[in-house]
Amino acid sequence: MATKKFLYVNRKPPHGSIYALESLEVVLIGAAFEQDVTLAFIDDGVYQLLQKQDSSAIATKNFAPTFRALGDYDVNKIYVERESLEMRGLGKDDLMPLTWEDEDDDWAEKDSIHIVSSAELAEIIEQQDVLLNF
Amino acid sequence: MKFSILINEGPYTHQASDSAYHFTEAALRAGHEIVRVFFYHDGVYNGTRLSVPPQDDRNVSERWSALGQEHSLELILCVAAAQRRGMLDEDEARRAGKDSNNIAPGFEISGLGQLVDAGIQADRLIVFGD
Repeated sequence: MATKKFLYVNRKPPHGSIYALESLEVVLIGAAFEQDVTLAFIDDGVYQLLQKQDSSAIATKNFAPTFRALGDYDVNKIYVERESLEMRGLGKDDLMPLTWEDEDDDWAEKDSIHIVSSAELAEIIEQQDVLLNF
Repeated sequence: MKFSILINEGPYTHQASDSAYHFTEAALRAGHEIVRVFFYHDGVYNGTRLSVPPQDDRNVSERWSALGQEHSLELILCVAAAQRRGMLDEDEARRAGKDSNNIAPGFEISGLGQLVDAGIQADRLIVFGD
């Protein structure tokens, strides 16, 4: 099967609409296809990665813990737009730590999350074959 | 060129499905190939056969069915998205113990893998959403 570069662009907050949850479902299913997968979080999408989420008061499923499984699915390129974070008064410390183990580097634990500028993100988008916007 | 189409919004509230229909129709007319049309999120509602719009308005799901039949298009509704929104074919209705089904002719229910595969097979995956 051909390998393509897939980029999932997450633009919406985790709750308020189902886009974030159903985007993550595509990413997890897509992982079985052994494609080169990258995730980007921009605009309100950065809220999806916030630490210590608790959705019990709105009686909807808190799916944030599922992001921690991405490393096991070889999804370890996660880009968060710096401008979107700053505009919302957030920094990397506000995001949940997401890591993966690099088998080519003695299984060293590495950060999956990279904070990038909007210009850098534009370059990353430019390199992709398939863009999915959620 | 080979296109795949992803539709993320339902009929009537958003223009996404209309734009996708016009794009698909124009692409076929220009001699391009449509690998698959995949309906996700509220987009699965485009596949209902129970919609009754006013007579002077377009019928979104009938229009998709007709285009699908004319060009042997794969019109795929995501199974997970469809189930949680009450879009069931005969098999799914029986399996879930429901008394009815509501899928329009030409639409099929299948898995999200069909969306990823559509991205792999096509030269371009075009996303229509909000």
